[in-house]
Amino acid sequence: MENYRVSIMLCGGTGCTAAGSLKIRQTLKDEIKSRGLSSEINILLTACNGFCAQGPVMIVYPDKVFYQKVSMADVPIIVEEHLIKGRPVERLMYKEPVKKLPLPGIQDIPFFNLQVLRALRNKGMIDPEKIDEYIARDGYQAAAKALTEMTPERIIHEIKMSGLRGRGGAGIPTGIKWEICAKADSDSKYIICNRSTIEVEPHIVIEGMIIGAKAIGAHKGYVYVRTGYPIVIHRLNIAITEAREYGLLGENILGTGFDFDIELAKSADEFVCGEETALLMSIESKRGMPNPRPPYPVEKGLWDEPTVINTVETFANIPQIILQGAEWYRSVGTEKSPGTKIFTLSGPLNNTGLIEVPMGISLSSIINDIGGGMEKGRRLKAVQVGGSTGGYIPEHLLDVPVTYEDVTKLGAIVGSGGIAVMSDLNCMVSAAKFVFEFASDESCGKCPPCRLGTKVLLDKLKGITEGRGEEGDIEVMEDLALEVKETSLCGLGQTAMNPVLSSIRYFREEYDSHIRDLWCKAGVCRDLCTFFIEGEKCKGCGACARACPRKAISGEKKQPHRIDQALCIQCRSCYETCKFGSIGIGPRSMREELLCVQTEAAGREE
Amino acid sequence: MPRLTVDDLKKIKEEYKAALTLREGGARVKVTVHMGTCGIAAGARKVMEALLEEMGKSGVKDVIVTTSGCAGLCSREPMATVEVINESPVKYVQLDGEKIRRILREHVIDGKAVEEYALVMGSETAY
Repeated sequence: MENYRVSIMLCGGTGCTAAGSLKIRQTLKDEIKSRGLSSEINILLTACNGFCAQGPVMIVYPDKVFYQKVSMADVPIIVEEHLIKGRPVERLMYKEPVKKLPLPGIQDIPFFNLQVLRALRNKGMIDPEKIDEYIARDGYQAAAKALTEMTPERIIHEIKMSGLRGRGGAGIPTGIKWEICAKADSDSKYIICNRSTIEVEPHIVIEGMIIGAKAIGAHKGYVYVRTGYPIVIHRLNIAITEAREYGLLGENILGTGFDFDIELAKSADEFVCGEETALLMSIESKRGMPNPRPPYPVEKGLWDEPTVINTVETFANIPQIILQGAEWYRSVGTEKSPGTKIFTLSGPLNNTGLIEVPMGISLSSIINDIGGGMEKGRRLKAVQVGGSTGGYIPEHLLDVPVTYEDVTKLGAIVGSGGIAVMSDLNCMVSAAKFVFEFASDESCGKCPPCRLGTKVLLDKLKGITEGRGEEGDIEVMEDLALEVKETSLCGLGQTAMNPVLSSIRYFREEYDSHIRDLWCKAGVCRDLCTFFIEGEKCKGCGACARACPRKAISGEKKQPHRIDQALCIQCRSCYETCKFGSIGIGPRSMREELLCVQTEAAGREE
Repeated sequence: MPRLTVDDLKKIKEEYKAALTLREGGARVKVTVHMGTCGIAAGARKVMEALLEEMGKSGVKDVIVTTSGCAGLCSREPMATVEVINESPVKYVQLDGEKIRRILREHVIDGKAVEEYALVMGSETAY
């Protein structure tokens, strides 16, 4: 997508077309062309907005202004007042029927209307420190039903039928996991919640765990929390205390005779302890290092007892499945990846935050509709899907449906649900290098493939970003990364390979450019770029000179400016400040050339 | 707090819904200041303080002020939702002390939403 300043979505659904939206489109195109704005304004025809009675419907992004009943006569006014002068035409904007407020409604804004809130159904609606508010919104009804009306087998059957897959990353069917643990023979079983960062409401975790405990026959549960999240810990502690006081935790819950209590287990913020066997070691007060599987924790887990470990999002889905049933759960999502998934949308998008969407939604819909597209001036380069060790999906593959299967085929993972958008300001080589800085630091050191592999790959990538890359490096890194992925003991070593493998797969030209041409075109690797001002484009506004921390830019007002290569530290501030695209990024070799020219010119002036 | 029975759960739900619902003779307006980590990091506590202070000054009585966890649109925090009886809730974004004071005076007390601070109106869940 070009660097459009404005995108106009014209509804091309049946209703709006009948009302003349195609003619509106033509009129709009002509008007924009005649005002010389064609390169700044993009016009798209979309599918039905569902607001047929108010058509033709036009939504202007990134402002998200919703125009209704647009006529051909309105077009020049919209272009003049809104697109050029920045003043939306109130007369044409959507007005909520109840009260005459010219504000868009929730149902009209993709950020909201494309989400399906299930785990997050109480988002923004209840005080996380008040159990009564949770109960007011059906809280603990599912636990009551599970404890008073259902047998463990029935509970497991419902969860199995729903097809719920563990939301921690691996996507193991939850019902099957619970079933294996339920069949194990032991008096002391455990249920553990990995991660606790669900800030909407801590009680949903407790309720999910009560139901799970009943299903597998456990009486003790742990919530594994990172000490680096004090607010979450504080709220969880309050929640557990409130639940105990109400008799929803402890002995004889709700008078049913079922005992179950929960304790917080605090971690030392080690990445590897997200791996379930390392997590168990950590709770047992040992150094968090993974162990080979089998045996799996459902057979031999905490203190060698059968243990179910699920992540917080999995537990958050359980109460609604119990209350509404497996069929309801399957009503959204895909056959193999039913239900919804929570994602954290981040990067230079217009809307970022926490979203919950049906599995199977396309990544491009998440980025462009929910995310509102790229921020002004930025071009999308890749999307990292899965978290810090997810793979990169390039712009041309953005239509991928987000499911466990489809995302894995492209070399990424659903993982922790992180969707991080990368732009033209990101260097893919540098990004892969950063992952190894993180992974080699967090590697527990137990298995050589990860311990040594992450370090070797880090050194190789460091070399490439500092200009010491050699022909053959890419092949060596690819081979090594594939080996480490196959032989590492746990997911840390395995997934840490995703960024380098996917960046080589989709952005090989960036590696070639770094190795052969000593050129980082994104201007990130300071040793491999030169910043210069293109005289014909420079308007002499001086913004770059003011942004430069070394005062390396000089020039007269309204005259093309110059960058002093002897002072420039390649920080890229000028490039990020310039509104006219007049700063170029050249290879390292350009620096010496420009320095020569610069010195000669200075010599002549004296 | 007494230990609950299953029936108690239903009773609490009904009582609480009555208390939190806007109705004639009860509260007329509900203001929710969203306080997830994102909101707090962006300054939601100051927004809450300013709101409570301004409420004290104005002497307004029929308003419920409450809080919640993360509202989901982390890039626009601090956020607050104002719901006036019989009207759609309005979501306000990128707030500070000044803005929330103005919202209290103009929207909560005088009934006119402050459009320039508002993002959208409506509720994300049907119930």
